[in-house]
Amino acid sequence: MQATSHTGYAGHHDHDSHGHPTGWKRWVTTTNHKDIGSMYLWFSFVMFLVGGAMSLIIRAELFTPGLQYVSPEFYNQMLTLHALIMVFGAIMPAFVGFANWMIPMMIGASDMAFARMNNWSFWLLPPAAILLTASIFVPGGAAGTGWTLYPPLSIQMGMGMDMAIFAVHILGMSSIMGSINIVTTILNMRTPGMTLMKMPLFCWTWLVTAFLLIASMPILAGAVTMLLTDRHFGTSFFSAAGGGDPVLFQHIFWFFGHPEVYIIALPAFGVVSHVIPAFSRKPLFGYVSMVYAIAAIGLISFFVWAHHMYVTGIPLTGQLYFMYATMLIAVPTGVKVFNWVTTMWRGSLTFETPMLFALGFLVLFTIGGLTGLVLAMTAVDIQLQDTYYVVAHFHYVMVAGALFSAYAGLYFWLPKWTGHMYNETLGKWHFWLSMIFFNIAFFPQHFLGLAGMPRRIPDYAQQFADFNVISGIGAFGFGFSQLLVLVIVVQTVRGGARAASRPWDGAHGLEWTVPSPAPYHTFEDPPHFDQAEAHG
Amino acid sequence: MNPALHPPASATAQSPARSGKNLRLALILLAIVVGSLLFVSVQPGLYRAFCEWTGLYDIDRAQEVAASAIPGRPITLQFDANSHDGALLFRPETTVLSAKTGDIMHVVYRVENTLDRTVVGQAVPSYGPQYAGNYVKKLDCFCFKQQTFAPREVREMPVVFFLDTRLPEEVNTVTLSYTFFEVPVESRK
Repeated sequence: MQATSHTGYAGHHDHDSHGHPTGWKRWVTTTNHKDIGSMYLWFSFVMFLVGGAMSLIIRAELFTPGLQYVSPEFYNQMLTLHALIMVFGAIMPAFVGFANWMIPMMIGASDMAFARMNNWSFWLLPPAAILLTASIFVPGGAAGTGWTLYPPLSIQMGMGMDMAIFAVHILGMSSIMGSINIVTTILNMRTPGMTLMKMPLFCWTWLVTAFLLIASMPILAGAVTMLLTDRHFGTSFFSAAGGGDPVLFQHIFWFFGHPEVYIIALPAFGVVSHVIPAFSRKPLFGYVSMVYAIAAIGLISFFVWAHHMYVTGIPLTGQLYFMYATMLIAVPTGVKVFNWVTTMWRGSLTFETPMLFALGFLVLFTIGGLTGLVLAMTAVDIQLQDTYYVVAHFHYVMVAGALFSAYAGLYFWLPKWTGHMYNETLGKWHFWLSMIFFNIAFFPQHFLGLAGMPRRIPDYAQQFADFNVISGIGAFGFGFSQLLVLVIVVQTVRGGARAASRPWDGAHGLEWTVPSPAPYHTFEDPPHFDQAEAHG
Repeated sequence: MNPALHPPASATAQSPARSGKNLRLALILLAIVVGSLLFVSVQPGLYRAFCEWTGLYDIDRAQEVAASAIPGRPITLQFDANSHDGALLFRPETTVLSAKTGDIMHVVYRVENTLDRTVVGQAVPSYGPQYAGNYVKKLDCFCFKQQTFAPREVREMPVVFFLDTRLPEEVNTVTLSYTFFEVPVESRK
């Protein structure tokens, strides 16, 4: 995506004896945050297509009752890999890609703090992705436990499970290295004058996210390591036969798993907090409250894990605590939604593609948040646990939340990355097709869940047939609409109208003070931080 | 190689002072990672301690409590076997056993196919007294499914069960009796 004409040298560690590598070597050895950001984004897009294809296999099987195309075992593998790939392979790397590209440019740093480690963080991802996808072809197939990897099933599965465990280890290492890099860059490398409370919100969301990752990824690594020793080395952490408790795994998994939800959501909040003010031509309303809301969400996310476990037999006091704590998270989240809406209040709004996706995010994320509150209620959740209502809920926050926000960011910063304007007509087509088909795909799943259709089962009773047809049409429509992104991005990389250094007149921040496309090296010397570019 | 493409001298990001500062911060963050790993590694122990302290999860004590609620008492068990069709020679290895209610017991039945053809049979249990059947908790039994015997095959088959401690007091002897029926071809599974 990067114009090579500006490239002078590979990175700070290459001195006079080296030129700038070209061809594939450039990408393997690069320490440039922009190259690495682009690689993260392309990687996540490829994984998004792979995971998306898997979801279409799931929807094809569910199009009519009965077993048509795949065996139940393969169906379970597809839904497991779909989730693992989308969470760890698509959404998380996408936002790390944004972080790599934008954080140094937003804070006026020349690169990430540890440029070489940045390269390693990225290149750990492809082996993990290969382990995950190749596990389909080993005897016994891939892990079929769902992404939660619950024992006892995960203790009993074939070697595909071991491959998934190692993939999680590698992905965890990559995330931790990336996070250390991001925290160090944000805390140590801001240009003089940019205090923390003048920092762009995307940086704030990533600062909190990186801390969540640093604290929670080792928890997941520990949990899957215990699974591994239970499987092969005779321990009984989770195996009831040896005196362990499978519920312990659920506690540990969700102690990681709930912060993980916000690891995905917070950077999405950050992107939207840039796009909405830019297209409302107003500063973000309530910057300080936004920052505190981010921090509060990050903190509380560690104390609500058992709301995923209401039916495991936790005592009433526990259920009540986790119910109230979960509802408490809705308060800072509500503050953020309120602030975004208020930012638009009496603004001069225009509706270019980034803004459309940000608004789509706002509406659909709020719906997903609301169903989250419904599920937080213990009494209701016991009824809805493991039904399609939950599937609808988390796709509203994951797809319409994280993915739509990533698209908003993509269209917002694509002119800066490529130096060209994308095709606005195609962009709007992409938005409206996504918006309509997403809702066709996932809204009926609320009804299916309320009617009692269980998730993770390839067959269903006749009365669920009609809504599944609707959902299937939506899913295929949504899936194929996403190919438009590829067309638009490739078009924009290759040509198009020249983008000004500040293509959006309402946009603020240091990243808009450099030319478009952004030169290979920006801010070699800390820039002067003009108050006009300040956030907050 | 074009000298104009070489990095500028003022690579501020890599100045020694800043490098040191970055490294220090990275080490602090690494300490959080290590702390997190330690935290998760003590979870199994902490979880057990917490559950025992609160009484939420304690398999050992739960078993003691269950056992102490109604203590096991001595009881005589008799085993009996019949073959309905005469095709199978069917008898228990043990005919009488002294045991305690609540104990898990393991007894073996011996079956011989006396015919030169394959026989499919299903054992059907009955109990004496009949209502004692409600208190016989079978964990595993050959009577759970149809059995196929090759011509002249001899096989030993186990039953694993325990007697519920709530067995009414007037019952001091329980008889477990199985009858093997040959399964007609149309009902074979």
